[in-house]
Amino acid sequence: MGAGRMLVGALAVAAFAVAGAFAPPWIVSLATVAFANGLVVLGLVILWRAGLVPFGQALFYAVGAYTVALIGRYTGLRDVFVLILAGAIAAGLVAFVVGFLLARYRDIFFAMLSLAMSMILYGVLVKTESLGSTDGFNVASGTYLGYAPQGAAHDLALYWLVLAFCALSAVVVAAYFTSVAGMLAAPVRDNEIRVEFLGLSVNRLVHLKLVIAGVLAGLGGALSALVVEHVDPNMAYWTTSGGFVFVTILAGAGSVAAAFVGSLVFELARSIAVDIFPGEWQITLGTVLLLTILFLPEGLGSLVTRLARKPGGAA
Amino acid sequence: MSAILSVRDLAKTFGPVVAARDITLDIPACQIVGVIGANGAGKTTFVNMVTGHLRPSRGSIRFEDRDITGLPSRRITRLGISRSFQVAQVFPSLTVFDNMCAATAVARGTDSMLKRALTPLRSRATLDEAEAAIELFRIASFRNARSATLPQGVRKLLDIAMATVGAPRVLMLDEPTSGISVEEKFDVMDVVMSALRSRNMTVLFVEHDMEIVSRFAERVLAFYDGAVIADGAPAVALADPRVQMLISGTKPAAVEAADA
Repeated sequence: MGAGRMLVGALAVAAFAVAGAFAPPWIVSLATVAFANGLVVLGLVILWRAGLVPFGQALFYAVGAYTVALIGRYTGLRDVFVLILAGAIAAGLVAFVVGFLLARYRDIFFAMLSLAMSMILYGVLVKTESLGSTDGFNVASGTYLGYAPQGAAHDLALYWLVLAFCALSAVVVAAYFTSVAGMLAAPVRDNEIRVEFLGLSVNRLVHLKLVIAGVLAGLGGALSALVVEHVDPNMAYWTTSGGFVFVTILAGAGSVAAAFVGSLVFELARSIAVDIFPGEWQITLGTVLLLTILFLPEGLGSLVTRLARKPGGAA
Repeated sequence: MSAILSVRDLAKTFGPVVAARDITLDIPACQIVGVIGANGAGKTTFVNMVTGHLRPSRGSIRFEDRDITGLPSRRITRLGISRSFQVAQVFPSLTVFDNMCAATAVARGTDSMLKRALTPLRSRATLDEAEAAIELFRIASFRNARSATLPQGVRKLLDIAMATVGAPRVLMLDEPTSGISVEEKFDVMDVVMSALRSRNMTVLFVEHDMEIVSRFAERVLAFYDGAVIADGAPAVALADPRVQMLISGTKPAAVEAADA
């Protein structure tokens, strides 16, 4: 299955990269945001495959974003690669620590505990003056190994940067999905007792998944901070987490690509809805989700998977 | 002869309820042991304690000269004691083959979770071992069926097959024939026992059907009210008057006639 999909993926990334140079600026900036958020969704897909839905993934998203913002603010360090790596590592560390507690819970308890943890961060951010309080603070634009593009070149560079991190994450996560730990997601969802009696700690497996999902959310948050050039406590708020869960359901857990396609469709649907029905865009989005659940219970991604399965039989 | 499994003064209480008491026994390697007893006699409690599902209230369990009392089930599995379940524990959304692959991959793996994230599940060795187990337990015709759709007997066989990967030395089967029709019971046990004998495993199986016990067991442990009331060769243990009165429900004379 590997080589064919990898080729399709590489072609898709190349097509998006080239399209970015010719597309109107609003589409490029929309796609940049969508793909950055797609990384968070990719992390949620990993957890969802094991039957876990966190309502507080914005915790790691905000940690990634604030790490970038704070390093920029207090050290003057501007290199995007260093900043993004720092954001991802910080989020991964937080996920590792809270994972010791979170990995012991399942279902609604897992969801609510993760929500509670994200709301603690929200509370801290809102109350702390040195972290920007309710207003947050601006993020200076980054440099690319010394190169500091301006204007349109800056936006395009950011778009390509996000695209590159998405491609890298997609490859890594696709490989993870074929690993022992990755493929045990369905067994864990189906029957934890059997997994334990086969000789594997389900809690440790869930912990690993939490850290991977945390790193991806941190990566998404770090990139978003550079894209939006601003961070504020809303990045940790539960509606942000809910938005990611929304996109995950829209996208489905069938493939890695689904996370990014779903995220792009979501951002497009939202901007179109805001444009056409400024007052009722939430109703429009809700309807989209409702129709997806009714007619595509495995998400938008299942459209792609179905196409992929048809010609070759076994994909 | 040294025992592979030694249990001393094992007891389990749930508040005022005594589920197991004063269980002391040694099981030599490669023995096939049938465990009998009425519902609530403590058979499954015993299996649960040995396999780490329940922590004993008192007593000790040694496996190959190692104290395993109170260890978590996954540690005990990795040391070499596996089990199957009264209600088959499989992964319903996966096919029979994928169930076996998951079981094999876990059994072959290391303790390092990070290493498991870097090892592909479908390695040649894993696929071959899964395939071989499916053949050994004669469920190959269901290879690609989702296990949620399997007939009861096949699901039980799959459950037992999944417990045998990773070469455990002791296998505990909790009612391998429960939920299977009378006609199929002997066939299922034939498949299981010939598969297990070929691997020199020590087997403990919980069973209600005395015919199956006397046919397949070399030794019988009879449980009543949490304690072992008879322990010996099937002919001896099943002829014990207390066993006949309390467990098999047959009159002593009738059994003697049947045995003859």
